[in-house]
Amino acid sequence: MSSYGLPQYLPIFVLMLISLAFGLGSLLVGMLVRPRRPYREKLLPYESGNPPVGEPRYRFSVKFYIIAMLFVIFDVEAIFLYPWAITFDKLGLYAFVEMVLFIAILLVGYIYAWKKEAFRWE
Amino acid sequence: MNFFEVVFQPGIMDIIVKMLIILVKAVVVVGVLMLHVTYATYFERKSIGHMQVRLGPMQVGPHGLLQPIADFIKLFFKEDIIPAGADKPIFFIAPVISIFAGMTAISVIPFFNGFVIADINIGLLFILAMSSLNAYGVMLAGWASNSKYSFLGSLRSSAQVISYEIAMGLSLVGVMMMSGSLNLSDIVRAQERFPGGFYWPQALGFFVFMVAAFAETNRTPFDLPEAESELVAGYFTEYSGMRFALFYVAEYVGMILMSLVAITCFLGGWDGPFAIPYVPFAWLFLKLYFFIFLFYWIRATVPRYRYDQLMALGWKLLIPLALLNILGTGLVKVLLR
Repeated sequence: MSSYGLPQYLPIFVLMLISLAFGLGSLLVGMLVRPRRPYREKLLPYESGNPPVGEPRYRFSVKFYIIAMLFVIFDVEAIFLYPWAITFDKLGLYAFVEMVLFIAILLVGYIYAWKKEAFRWE
Repeated sequence: MNFFEVVFQPGIMDIIVKMLIILVKAVVVVGVLMLHVTYATYFERKSIGHMQVRLGPMQVGPHGLLQPIADFIKLFFKEDIIPAGADKPIFFIAPVISIFAGMTAISVIPFFNGFVIADINIGLLFILAMSSLNAYGVMLAGWASNSKYSFLGSLRSSAQVISYEIAMGLSLVGVMMMSGSLNLSDIVRAQERFPGGFYWPQALGFFVFMVAAFAETNRTPFDLPEAESELVAGYFTEYSGMRFALFYVAEYVGMILMSLVAITCFLGGWDGPFAIPYVPFAWLFLKLYFFIFLFYWIRATVPRYRYDQLMALGWKLLIPLALLNILGTGLVKVLLR
């Protein structure tokens, strides 16, 4: 793949360093030139002008947990599909049938989640 | 061996030159990217202004051309307010994560034949991985701010981003099956057999990808996380000055990245109907400008979705469509062999 005698992933590492330097550098330049005059009211979290009421990190809907769990299942499914898709031309009909079975099993779980109203948000 | 003999060995000189080439390439791409981000903001305000029968920025420079530069200078001099009770290290690092994820993913995009910063064979997977990292920036920003608006905005946004990530990942499987590779240059070369690119044999996948791309970048009609009429500014409500600017830049970098992925995977990448001499990247940039305009056009046209509609669209429509696309592509390929 690479025409260099260097590791393939080295350019990515270089770009990672550049983007980190960009992020931290612009924050640093901002820190050097901006004013800093804090007082108590200015530092309050924004709540439409009123003093904040209660704890901001309060309990939230369990729906978000369900979405997170479903995400893990389906994202892993997608990752399993990638190697199959790449080698699809070499594997032929047998692999296609196998993958139809795999997707069918997942579809059962998907329909179960749907019937259990995991996707309802009202 | 003394120092000069070590440095001027043919092998070491070679490596140093190659390192310099990588560095120059990376700096050029980041520079061009930042220029595009700067003027994408101007282009957005101008095009939406004209769509709403206004003029957009007109004061700074001729036709307001220096407006984005003035904006950035202003943001540098803005006071940086960290709310009391914020989780400081996380509050500091969240915008940096956002911009880091977007900019690093650009490294695997081929700009023209043979010009790509990192020609790795899992390019597409790398882009998906990096765009997932973006969810961390959003989540941590909302959690660290110690504000209700930020917290709710980040919850919504992370749920939205991970939901549409599945649809996006599945919509690209069709492209992988057609090209037999995850390397983006190989994907572009595989599209030479199809005039225009994969957008017509993979029409369903292209549709799902585009909807997911709008949701991933939090653009209208899916800009729920920053639905200003209900959540002020969503997860970056408490961010000001340069930290806010980093989130802003990250959003535009994400938009450009998603456009570039759509172009390389579905619209033939650097290829065009005819070759333009001396500017091998001309077609890619023309397509990029079209996609960026599309983002603004849709923002000026379509109203925002409601949250339950958004989740229903992602889970109940796009994921089945993407699976259907995979099965259809497989079936056609099996029948045509």
